[in-house]
Amino acid sequence: MARLEEARLPSAGPTPGAEAGLVLRIPAAVWAVGALLLLMPAFANNFVLFQVFGWTFILGMIALSLMFLAGYGGMVSLIQMTVAGLAGYMVAILGSSGTEEVSLGLAWWVTIPAAIIIATLFGTVVGALAVRTEGIYTIMITLAIAAAFFYFTRQNYTIFNGYNGFSLVVPPRLFGIDWRQPVAFYYLTLGMALLSYGAVIYVARSPFGLALQGVRDNARRMAALGYNVVWHRIFAYTFAAVIAAFAGILLVWQNAQIAPGTAGIPAVIDILVIAVVGGLRHPIGPFIGAFIYVLLSAFAPDVLTAFGLAPDRFKLLVGLGFLAVVYFSPDGVLGLWARAMAARRKRTDPLTGLPR
Amino acid sequence: MQGIVQRQPLLSLSVIVVVAFLLWLILAPWPPGLTAVMGPKRVFLAAVLSGITLGALYFLVASGFTLIFGLMRNVNLAHGSLYLLGGYLGFEIADRTGAWLLALPVVFVVVALLGVVLQWAVFRRMEGEELRQTLVTIGLSIVIADILLWIWGGQSYQILTPDFLAGPMELPLVTAVRSDGTAVYLRYPRVRMWILFAAIVVGVAMWLVMTRTRIGMLIRAGVDDREMLAASGLPIQVVFVLVFAFGAGLAGVAGVVGGTFQSLSPGEDTRFLLASLVVVIVGGMGSIPGAALGALIIGLAEQIGLVYAPTYSVVFTFLIMAAVLAFRPQGLLGARR
Repeated sequence: MARLEEARLPSAGPTPGAEAGLVLRIPAAVWAVGALLLLMPAFANNFVLFQVFGWTFILGMIALSLMFLAGYGGMVSLIQMTVAGLAGYMVAILGSSGTEEVSLGLAWWVTIPAAIIIATLFGTVVGALAVRTEGIYTIMITLAIAAAFFYFTRQNYTIFNGYNGFSLVVPPRLFGIDWRQPVAFYYLTLGMALLSYGAVIYVARSPFGLALQGVRDNARRMAALGYNVVWHRIFAYTFAAVIAAFAGILLVWQNAQIAPGTAGIPAVIDILVIAVVGGLRHPIGPFIGAFIYVLLSAFAPDVLTAFGLAPDRFKLLVGLGFLAVVYFSPDGVLGLWARAMAARRKRTDPLTGLPR
Repeated sequence: MQGIVQRQPLLSLSVIVVVAFLLWLILAPWPPGLTAVMGPKRVFLAAVLSGITLGALYFLVASGFTLIFGLMRNVNLAHGSLYLLGGYLGFEIADRTGAWLLALPVVFVVVALLGVVLQWAVFRRMEGEELRQTLVTIGLSIVIADILLWIWGGQSYQILTPDFLAGPMELPLVTAVRSDGTAVYLRYPRVRMWILFAAIVVGVAMWLVMTRTRIGMLIRAGVDDREMLAASGLPIQVVFVLVFAFGAGLAGVAGVVGGTFQSLSPGEDTRFLLASLVVVIVGGMGSIPGAALGALIIGLAEQIGLVYAPTYSVVFTFLIMAAVLAFRPQGLLGARR
């Protein structure tokens, strides 16, 4: 009887003890990082808030959608930047921009949902095509579609305004706040990044996410168990597309403009680089990767001139760093971290806890 | 062939009708009604020939790509960079020595040696880790692209066409009939016809090597079952290196060829990488005849699209790829796995 009581306890609802357990379960480092992020505007300047962190969160979200597909679904999709780009384009086309002959100038409560829905549909359709293939074929096909989108937006003037794209695309003034102000934009991107991070964690533990990981590990066995493998994969694309679409809208607001190059092939590859450098094992990886990428791109000129190279060799630095990460630690920075922790644990004796 | 006709009579009949119609379009002088709809026949013929010759160039790039993929399961996303590197090297050699023909073997050897280094030093160490190999090639393509930009800058280069390939030549294709009854024949750049000829020679030679020689037998066996071949005690690493070197060298030579009848600039590497990707997706991964068919289809779609619907020519390519994926995911001539 007593054992039964014990077994029932975890599902007995929110008791004060369980709350404390939740708080204690989260490591102190997470609280420290959270507090730091929340209090950032108190001591960081506008460049750090808007350019470094705003961009980090946006790129991190797009890379997060790639990480979700690659890490939990086993599908490395290079279409995520394109989905983000399409959402950004839709905001510019349906809303207002400097190109008045194309932009429709609809209200924000029409354009934002419409942009999300259109981009998500696009991501789903591409996913439906891509899931017909496996492994490296998926990379090739999504890359080819991403390139087709880039060339199409560059040549099409009636909808996408061709080479010039759209400028003066700004967020709506909601609640009397100019959301492009550094502090407001910082909290906006931080909030969206946290939301998508939480959503990925939640979905990964939901029945759907668990089934998706089952499909990743052994699709045939999951099919034999009665799961619809194809639809699980397609829905994973849909979910990832939603995150990428939100990030795309934030991206166009941050730059205040969008052009074909926004979702060009180098940008598509950059997202993969970010996700891989950060690590595909855990949703925090893409944000770490994005932070490193943004820091590199912001401070690479100084680093390069310090080494006596021309400041425009930024790509070389990124490429070499990426090669080093892939070559030495396939799990990215997270893999390095895990390896360092394992090495530390090995140094202490498992019986006594004392250093050897 | 007979089997296909018997199994799918409707499909093969429609293919025959379409091919016959295309042949008629190309060979016969056009009636005035058709000219009114499609414009002069000269334009159409030029588009078709540009498509076929562009397809020949795509084949040169994509056949190495598909061979490397078929044998080693390595999607070499740095293939476009090898193309561009070959083109720049060819430009330098042709510019300094004035000998265009010399550029071809030198570039082939240099880029093939780079391929040997890549395969021996990098990919051999991560055999079987497909994703990691692909990521490494992406990293390499970023690095190579930036080094090329560093050395040759952002401007575009064109390799000077050698004298024996310069100028137009007359083809036995009637574009129009004059009022006095004499036929007007199509004039077309000689260099492009030579490229087509060279691509056909390369394709046939590859096919002969693959089907008639011992090394070809090894490669085909490797494509079918790599592990079994290795277990038989055959020098599979040597075969890998040779195939990678050959594919890389071919990409370099294609760069010289592409730099002669088009131009070389940063961005061409991704363009030809994309073209190779689409060609092998349409034709079927790892299949040389598939690469030839895919290259022909994509080249034609691109050029005819460029003439008759300039804005949407890219979309045609993409639609063809999507249709192939939707109905025949392994590619037109790919083997079902």
